[in-house]
Amino acid sequence: MLHIVNKSPTERSSLSSCLAHARKGSAVILIEDAVYAATRGNAAQAALARAMQEVTVYALGPDLEARGVRASVMDGVQVVDYGGFVDLVAEHRTSQSWL
Amino acid sequence: MTQVAEETEREAGTEAVVKKFMFVNRKAPHGTIYALEGLEVVLISAAFDQDVSLAFLDDGVYQLLKGQETKSLEVKNFSPTYRALEGYDVEKLYVERESLEARGIREEQLLVPVQVVSAKEMAELMEQQDVIIGF
Repeated sequence: MLHIVNKSPTERSSLSSCLAHARKGSAVILIEDAVYAATRGNAAQAALARAMQEVTVYALGPDLEARGVRASVMDGVQVVDYGGFVDLVAEHRTSQSWL
Repeated sequence: MTQVAEETEREAGTEAVVKKFMFVNRKAPHGTIYALEGLEVVLISAAFDQDVSLAFLDDGVYQLLKGQETKSLEVKNFSPTYRALEGYDVEKLYVERESLEARGIREEQLLVPVQVVSAKEMAELMEQQDVIIGF
């Protein structure tokens, strides 16, 4: 399963709810305002780091760059471009958007 | 089978494919249009004879509260529609226990019979689906 999150972790509960339901071996991709969750020192960093013991976390490069946070991505988060996002969707049997 | 489903099948020249659809409701009912739109999509999907289930978690559990009264708000009170789902063979309604508890809601305050499940069970149900659509 690929989980897609697009809301800032400090504005909405989407990411925390997603992480509470992401099972071992699944993937989470952070896009749009959710990319802030992948930055060092943000309030969701610890929760994301904990989740990364069981799930793979990706962040969308163009959204990081647009927000000026490309250089502050925390360790363990894999940055992908649009093509990489498409590959992830194709690789997983199902995807789920946490609106 | 509905007429629409039959026509679709004929056009595609295939056997009817039944997939497991789960609609995940995570938003309160009247602050945004998501809950109402989600319900519309559920009713449409039911016409295609799919294996449909609904999940209610986070603020989505507020959608199922009894006693919603929207007259003075001048918006449609769509909450009785949840009771009609059974008539469309949509009978799998899963509500997350942790979400109910966090909001002080008891199962008997809900509009319809539901299956209350833990977050862990909900995650397992999600894993079993072919298609998951969130609202």
